[in-house]
Formats: sequence, C-alpha cells, structure tokens
Amino acid sequence: MGNASSMLTQYDIEEVQEHCNYLFSQQEIVSLYARFCQLDRSAKGFISEDEFLSIPEFSLNPLSKRLLRMVDGLNFKDFVAFLSTFSAKASLRQKIELIFKVYDIDGKGKITFKDLLEVLQDLTGSFMSEEQREQVVTKVLEEAGYTMDCAFSLEDFIQIIDHPGLKMEVEVPID
Amino acid sequence: MASSSVAADMELDRPNLEDYLPPDSLPQEAPRNLHLRDLLDISPVLTEAAGAIVDDSFTRCFKSNSPEPWNWNIYLFPLWCFGVVIRYGILFPLSCLFIVSTNWEVIEANITSKTFGVKRGFREAGGPVLNTCNRMVSIFCRLFFPVHFLLKGQDKLRSKIERKLVEMMCSVFVASWTGVIKYHGPRPSTRPHQVFVANHTSMIDFIILEQMTAFAVIMQKHPGWVGFIQKTILESVGCIWFNRNDLRDREVTARKLRDHVQQSDNNPLLIFPEGTCVNNQYTVMFKKGAFELGCAVCPIAIKYNKIFVDAFWNSKKQSFTMHLVRLMTSWAVVCDVWYLEPQYLREGETAIAFAERVRDMIAARAGLKKVPWDGYLKHNRPSPKHTEEK
Repeated sequence: MGNASSMLTQYDIEEVQEHCNYLFSQQEIVSLYARFCQLDRSAKGFISEDEFLSIPEFSLNPLSKRLLRMVDGLNFKDFVAFLSTFSAKASLRQKIELIFKVYDIDGKGKITFKDLLEVLQDLTGSFMSEEQREQVVTKVLEEAGYTMDCAFSLEDFIQIIDHPGLKMEVEVPID
Repeated sequence: MASSSVAADMELDRPNLEDYLPPDSLPQEAPRNLHLRDLLDISPVLTEAAGAIVDDSFTRCFKSNSPEPWNWNIYLFPLWCFGVVIRYGILFPLSCLFIVSTNWEVIEANITSKTFGVKRGFREAGGPVLNTCNRMVSIFCRLFFPVHFLLKGQDKLRSKIERKLVEMMCSVFVASWTGVIKYHGPRPSTRPHQVFVANHTSMIDFIILEQMTAFAVIMQKHPGWVGFIQKTILESVGCIWFNRNDLRDREVTARKLRDHVQQSDNNPLLIFPEGTCVNNQYTVMFKKGAFELGCAVCPIAIKYNKIFVDAFWNSKKQSFTMHLVRLMTSWAVVCDVWYLEPQYLREGETAIAFAERVRDMIAARAGLKKVPWDGYLKHNRPSPKHTEEK
C-alpha cells in the first residue's frame, strides 16, 4: 500500500495544493493521500461515513456526528481543503469559521440558542439534564450581555471567540 | 472494556462544566465566572477529531509496511529476477508438493481409518522427491491412526505418541515455508495449572510454537480447508473452539478453559490474548480471560524478522491461503521466540493489571510498542457506551 505517489501525479499534487491555498506542503499532501487511500477501503474516491467511524478515536469523539455531516462524501481535494484549516499556517479567522460551521450545521448563517444547546448536549451526554443545560447557556449568555433569542452571525462569533490562546492544529506525519 | 485510559486523556481538555451550574442544583463552591467564549470554544475537541482522521494509533497496528525495494539497481535487478524465478518456479512448487502430499495422505488416511477402523490405504506417488515425503507421511499415518484406535485403552501412551506426531507434522509444515526459528529460554514443561500467552501476528504463530511443544490452543473457528484441518488433526491435542461473534460463547469458553487447566494430563494451554492478528510492531490490549484462571501465566514473545517477508496476516485483506502462498514464495521466514518466566497474580492485583504487566514484559522482550486499544475493534464498532463515557 505504500506507493501512493505513483497514483498521484505532480499535476494532481499541485492542483490540490492550490485548492487548499498552499497550506500544506507537497509532502504532506502525499502523506494525506496515502491516508485517504487507507481509509477509503473500497477505492470509491471518497470516504463513506462507515469508514470514518471505523477509526475508533474518531467515533468516540463527542462531535463526530456533526463533523461527519461536514466530511461525508468528500473527494480527496475537498478532504485536503477541510483538513487545511487545521494546518499551522491557516489563519485564525479560517479556524473560527470552521467552529462556526460546526455550530451552524444546517447552514443558516446564524448560531441560535438551539444550536448552542445541541452542541452542549453532544459534549456532555447524560452528565447534565436538559434543564441544567438550558440554565447554563442562559446564564452565560446573560453574563455576556445577550438574551435567549439572540442569533450570532459569523462576525459576532469571531469577536466573541477570538483570543490569543486559540490553537487548533494538527500535524500531518510525513514518512 | 478498554477505553478508560482513552477517556481519561480526553477529560483533561474539557472545560469543567459541572462547576458552573447555578448553586441551587449542586451545593458546591460558588460558580466561577464563565465567559461565553469558554463555553463556545470547542477547538480542543475538533483538534482531536481531525488528529484522528489524519492518523490514529489503532489503524497503525494493522498496517503492513511495504519493505524498501532493493532491486532498483542495474546490478541488483537481474539478481532479483533470478531470485523470483527460483522462488516461484522451484521453491514454491516444492513446498506445495511437500505439503499437499503430506496432508493429502493424512486426510485420506484419516477418512478411511475412520470408516474402516484400522485398515487404510494411501496412494503411491512416483518421483524421488515425493518418495521422501511419502515415507515421512506413511510413518505418520502408520503410527497415528493405529495408535489412535488400538491404544484407546492406554490413554496416556496414546496421547504421548499423538503429541509427538503433531509436533512432527508442524515441523514438516514449518520446513515447507523454510522457517528459520530461534528459540530462547527454557522449553515449556507439561505441568498442570499453567497457561501460556503469546502475542499474535499470524496463524503460523501457533505452528511455530507447536513444533517445539504440543500445545492445546484456543482458536476461532475458520471456514474452508483450515477449519477442516482444525477439526481432524488438532482435535487430538485437545483444542478449544470459540466463535468471536457469539456473545454467549464467552462464558462457555471460560468454563472450558478452567476445566482444561485443572486436569493434569491435558496438553498445556496456549492462548493469544490479543484476540486478533496484529502487525508485528505493536501490541493491542490483552483480554483478561486468560489471566483470571488462577494459575501461572508463562509469557512467550514472538518477533518476526522482516528481512525476507512480512509475516503479518491481515485477515481482512487476504485469505489464509494467499498468506501461505506469500510465505512459501519467499526465501525464508525468520523469527525469534522467547520463552519468559512464569508470572503469578500478585496480592491485590486485578486481572486487568496483571494482563497489562504481562503485556509490558512481552512488548519489552520483542521490541513492540503498546497501544491502548481493544483488538476486537478491528471487527466491531465501539459501543455507544464508550461514547457516553466521554
């Protein structure tokens, strides 16, 4: 399974690199291709939900369902584009945009109280009851000066979340 | 099952939300000032997910790394071609003939002896090469089946002879794919109340170990010709069968294991606690079943040298037959087997901790890396229980 680069030509690599705005080096793209082929066992050209879930670490992640909706059925170019947000070279704005998209999974363009509740539910599971969750979110929103029926746009969201300590990086192993 | 260590790792990243509940629901210290930002910041969780997509330790356990090609040179390439010709043209057919004639005779003799009692016939095959095989095989047949039936009364003698014969068969099998095996450490002795555990890379692990001492082993039922051999020959050494997919089978199997160990004249029991074949660079979590039997556990470490061929059997990718073909068409299968000191359950140690301790020993000896995953995840998904725990 090792000779992935023989199936990926130099043109392909450059095309993919352009598509992800040069956030990955060519070597990283080759590694990612090997990984893509490893996950896409039936060589369909995209990774199905089932194949993502066969990674135990991924399926145990609380936000796996939301992420699956975003990565299901991506071809390799889009797969790399998705992962490029996690590159060290990606801008903070791009990373926050991804977080926004995870909250706003149905693509309304705004994050509502309901979205916040749902993500909190994914993260806490049965540790907190529905009421406790509502209480927490309401209280926190109040403290920050928002009401329950607020809706955050991307710009609001960036303003809230942006802080110097925000890091969301993944390293691609190059063998 | 084995997700507690993983769950522990994940806990560190999550903001501790229980502290922020209003004071009337939980009588704890006064809630700290939770910024909206902290609540919304899910970046650690996303980072982990992306990390898992890019590379995860579980899949690495089952990856067969292709060896560096060494035939790229103008001088080395013809040499490699010549090697291929010899391997596929000469060694492989030889091995096949060897195996087929050996096993065919055994199987035929087995079938006929079962139907006609002691009398059995076997085919005469011509050719000098086959003659040696036949001689070995006929010795085996002449001894095994009459012994099996005539000595029914004298069980001890019979089992002794059968044991020797199975060992001989395994040596034949090992020779057919040119196994070069080095054994280190004291040979296992047949005493009651002991169990052997080893790391698992391929079905041939069992044969390599069986060659030295006749073990009884606990195995998954396989379909096809392997299952047939399991039934006929291995039954004589007292093997236990189970089915991975049958949940109720577990208790029955546990009971069988316990019974087997208690009896003194049964062959020593060999268990592969990983539960599945793993590529020879990592070890996955051991199942605690082997360590709960209340007897001595003797670890065995097996390490294959990749110099000629990678002995890892990826049961999802290849059938056993293809795997054997690959082994037979290589020059040799080189491996080291270390028999380690028997270990006993310490005071206050749980079976899981005991299993971990033995896994440490085996991994250290054979130079393998440890991974905190359960081998069965190769075949099943993690249950929603584990996701809840996170």
